[in-house]
Amino acid sequence: MNRKGFRTAAAVLLLVSITATLAACGTNQSPQSSGNAAAGDSSAVSGNVSTNGSTSMESVIGILSEQFMLDNSKVKVTYDATGSGTGIEAAGNGTCDIGLSSRDLTDAEKAKGLTQTTIAKDGIVMIVNKNSAVSDLSLEQIASIYKGDVKNWSEVGGSDLAIACIGREAGSGTRDGFETITGTKGVCVLSQELTSTGAVIEAVKNSENAIGYTSFSAVEDQPDIKVLTVGGVSCTEDTIADDSYAIQRDFNLITRNGVKLSAAAQAFFNYITSDKAYGLIRKTGVVPAGK
Amino acid sequence: MRENMKQDAKKERMSELVPHLIFLFCGLAAVAFVLCISVYLIISGIPAIHKIGIIKFLFGMKWQSTAAEPSFGILPFVLTSIYGTAGAVLIGVPIGIMTAVYLAKVAPKRPAAVIRTAAQLLAGIPSVVYGLVGMIVLVPAIQKIFRLSSGATLLCAIIVLSIMILPSIINVSETALEAVPREYEEASMALGATEIETYMKVSLPAAKSGIAAAVVLGVGRAIGEAMAIIMVSGNVANMPGLLKSVRFMTTAIASEMSYAAVGSLQREALFSIGLVLFLFIMIINVILNVFIKGKGKKDVA
Amino acid sequence: MSRRIWNNAVKAGLYICSAVTVALLVSLIGYIMYRGIPALSFHLLSTQSSYLNDTIGILPNILNTLYIIIVTMAIAIPIGVCAALYLTEYAENKKLVSAIEFAAETLTGIPSIIFGLVGMLVFTQLLGIKQGILAGALTLVMMIMPTIIRTTQESLKTVPMSYREGALAMGAGKWYMIRTVVLPNAVDGIVTGCILAVGRIIGESAALLFTAGFGLVLNNFVDSLTSSSATLTVALYVYASERGETNVAFAIAVVLIILTLVINMIAGLAAGRLRAKTK
Repeated sequence: MNRKGFRTAAAVLLLVSITATLAACGTNQSPQSSGNAAAGDSSAVSGNVSTNGSTSMESVIGILSEQFMLDNSKVKVTYDATGSGTGIEAAGNGTCDIGLSSRDLTDAEKAKGLTQTTIAKDGIVMIVNKNSAVSDLSLEQIASIYKGDVKNWSEVGGSDLAIACIGREAGSGTRDGFETITGTKGVCVLSQELTSTGAVIEAVKNSENAIGYTSFSAVEDQPDIKVLTVGGVSCTEDTIADDSYAIQRDFNLITRNGVKLSAAAQAFFNYITSDKAYGLIRKTGVVPAGK
Repeated sequence: MRENMKQDAKKERMSELVPHLIFLFCGLAAVAFVLCISVYLIISGIPAIHKIGIIKFLFGMKWQSTAAEPSFGILPFVLTSIYGTAGAVLIGVPIGIMTAVYLAKVAPKRPAAVIRTAAQLLAGIPSVVYGLVGMIVLVPAIQKIFRLSSGATLLCAIIVLSIMILPSIINVSETALEAVPREYEEASMALGATEIETYMKVSLPAAKSGIAAAVVLGVGRAIGEAMAIIMVSGNVANMPGLLKSVRFMTTAIASEMSYAAVGSLQREALFSIGLVLFLFIMIINVILNVFIKGKGKKDVA
Repeated sequence: MSRRIWNNAVKAGLYICSAVTVALLVSLIGYIMYRGIPALSFHLLSTQSSYLNDTIGILPNILNTLYIIIVTMAIAIPIGVCAALYLTEYAENKKLVSAIEFAAETLTGIPSIIFGLVGMLVFTQLLGIKQGILAGALTLVMMIMPTIIRTTQESLKTVPMSYREGALAMGAGKWYMIRTVVLPNAVDGIVTGCILAVGRIIGESAALLFTAGFGLVLNNFVDSLTSSSATLTVALYVYASERGETNVAFAIAVVLIILTLVINMIAGLAAGRLRAKTK
C-alpha cells in the first residue's frame, strides 16, 4: 500500500465514521410496539423525567417508560440503576424526579419529607440448581442456612453437598428485603456477594451447591434453575397478591412531600400508577399494587 | 517604510510567539493531569482515613461498610491484591520469558511471526472479554476440579491475570533479547556452550534490565486490573485464601461505588482505597525502577 | 550427561511455553467465536433493547463507542500533538522536558479504575458535567495522552534535520517551518499513534463505568454527551453479569474482537510504513 493508498484508506475510514455519526444525529429510533401503542402523540407534554434507584425495578420502569415515550414522543424518561439507597437519596435532594426503591422507607427517611407510593409487589424467590434434590424449604430453614447454622444440603433433605449461600451486595434492595423478612440482617454468611440478579442466577445455574435469592420477575424465562416453594407455597401472582407467599416486598416510587413534580414527571407518575399500566407491570412478572 | 517594517516584524514575532505559548501550554497538560489526579485522590482520600484512623484502616481485617456499626479495615483487599499480583507474576513471567526466548532466538521466521501476532492480539483483547470467558469457562471448571461450592476464587483471578500480562511480558522481553549484541552469544558458543546454554546463561542476563522492565509492566497491569477479575473472584471481603472468594482493592472500589451514597463515610472510604492503591503503585514503580537502575549500572560496567 | 538432559529439558520448556501462548489465543478467540457468532444477528446490531418486545439490541452501544472515540480524539489529538511539538521543537529547559516526560510516563502506569475514580470526582462531581460521553471522553483523554505524545514525538524525530535547517535558512519562521515542512512529513507517524489510541479506547471499560455510565438507551450525538451511555465494553459487562444474557455478551465480545483485529492490522501496516521510511 503506497502513501496515497494509505492516506485514502484513513480518509475513507474517517468519512465513514462521520457519516455514521451524522446519520445517528437526530435519530430517535423508537422500538416497534407490539400493539400496545395508545393513540399516537397525545398530549403536548414534553421534557425530561429522571428516575433513579433500585436495580430490581429495572424491567418494570423499563417497560413503563418505553410505552410512555411511545405515547408521548416529546418526553424522555431516563433510569439510573444505582440501588434503592441511592435512589431514595437522589429523590430527597432533588437530583432525580422520581426515586425507585424496592424496600419501604425508614422512619428517618420519612421524616426527611419523603413519601412512598407502592406501584407493585415483587416476590423474592429462592433458587437452586436444577439438579438439586430439594424443592421446598420453610422460612426458618432458609434463615438457618443463610446464618450458617445449617451447612450441608443433607440436613434439609438434599444430597450430601456443602451449601454455598449466594447473596447480593450490601446496598441491594433485594438483599435488604430478603434479610428483613428472614430475620438475618447483618448475620448472613455468604460464599459470594454478587452485584446483580443476573450474576446470582448464573452462579446458581453453574453450581449444585448453591442457593440464592432473586426477584420473581427475573426468573421467568430461566429454564436452568429451580425455584423453591417456601413453606409449601409457591410464588405466583396470586400468592403474592394475597400475601400468602412469605418473601415479598413493595416496589415504591419515592417523591418529596409538597414538592410539585414537573409536568412531564407528573404525567409519567400518573401513568404508572394508573390501571393502564397494570398489563405492562404484570408482563414483567410483578404484581400491580392496585389489584 | 520603516514603520511598516517594524509592524511586519512585530506581527511575525507574534505569529511565532503565540504558537510557542500554545505548545508550552499543551506540553504542560501531562504534568497538569498528573498533578490533578494526585491532588484529587489525596483530597478525597484523606477524610475517611482521618475519621477511621490510619492503623485501623490499613490493618483492620474486617470490612463491613453497610452494617449498622460499620468497620472499614482494608487489609483483606491489600493482601488480596498483593497475593493476586504475586501469583500472576509467578505464573506469567516464566512462561512469558521462555516464549520470548523462543521467539527471539530459536524460532524459525514463520512460526515466530505467527506467535508474535498471537501475542499482540492477546494484548489487544479488552479485559471484560477475559472476564467473560473466565466467568463462563474457568469458574465452573475450578468448582468441579476442587469440588468447591463456588469456583469464583483467588485462584481463578490469578489465572486470568497471568494470561492478561503474558503479552506485555513477551513483547518487552523479546525486544530486550533482540538487543543483546551478537558478539556475546557468538563468544559464548565459540567457548563451547550450546545454543540453549548461551541463551539461558548469557543472553538472558544481558537483557536483564529489559526483562525487569517487562516484569514491572506486568506487575503494573496485574495490580491495576478491575473488570476482568470482578467477574471471577467472588467479591466477598474475606482475608485472602487461594480457594476463597476474595475482593481486590480495585474490585472493592468498583463494586460498591455505584450505590455508595454521596457524602457517606462508605463513599469516602472507597476514595481512600483509591488513594492507597495509587500510592502502592507509585511505591512499587519507584522500588522496581531503583532496582533496575542499580542492576543496569552493573551491566554497563 | 546431565548437561544434555538440562539442555533438552530447557528446549522442551521453550517449545511448551510458546505453544501455551498460541494455544491460549486460539482457544480464547475460538471459544468466543463459537459462542458469539450464533448470537449475532442483524437485529442485534441495528436496534436498541426493548422491554415491550422483549428483545435485545446493541446499536446504542455501538454508537456510544463511536461517539466516545470521536470526542476523545478530537480533544486529545490537538493537545497531544502540540505537547509533542513543544517537547521536540521548542523546549530548551532540560528540566522542564524531563518533568513532562516523567509525568507522561507516570500516567501510563496508573490503572484505569483510578482514572475512572478521578474522572468521576473531577468531571461529574466538581465540574458538574452529567454522566455521559463527554465526561467519559475527558477521562479517556488523560489516559491516552502519553500514547499520542510518544508516537508523535517519535514521528517528529524521523523528519531529517536538514529539512528544518533548509526552511529556516530561507528565512521561514519556526512555526511556519513546522507547519509546512515538519508536520506534513510526520503525519504518518501521528496517524499510527492515533490508531493505537483508538484501539485502547475501544477496549477500555473501568474508566468509563462511573464517568460515561451504564445507560443502554439510544441517543443522538448531542444527547449522549450528557446522558448515561454505555460503550460496548460496559454493555458487555452489564449484559453478562447484571442481566445474565451471556449469549448477547459473547456476541458483543465477537464485535469487540473483530474491531480490535481490524485496528491492529491497520496499525501494523502504518507502523511498517513508518519503519520503512526511517530506514
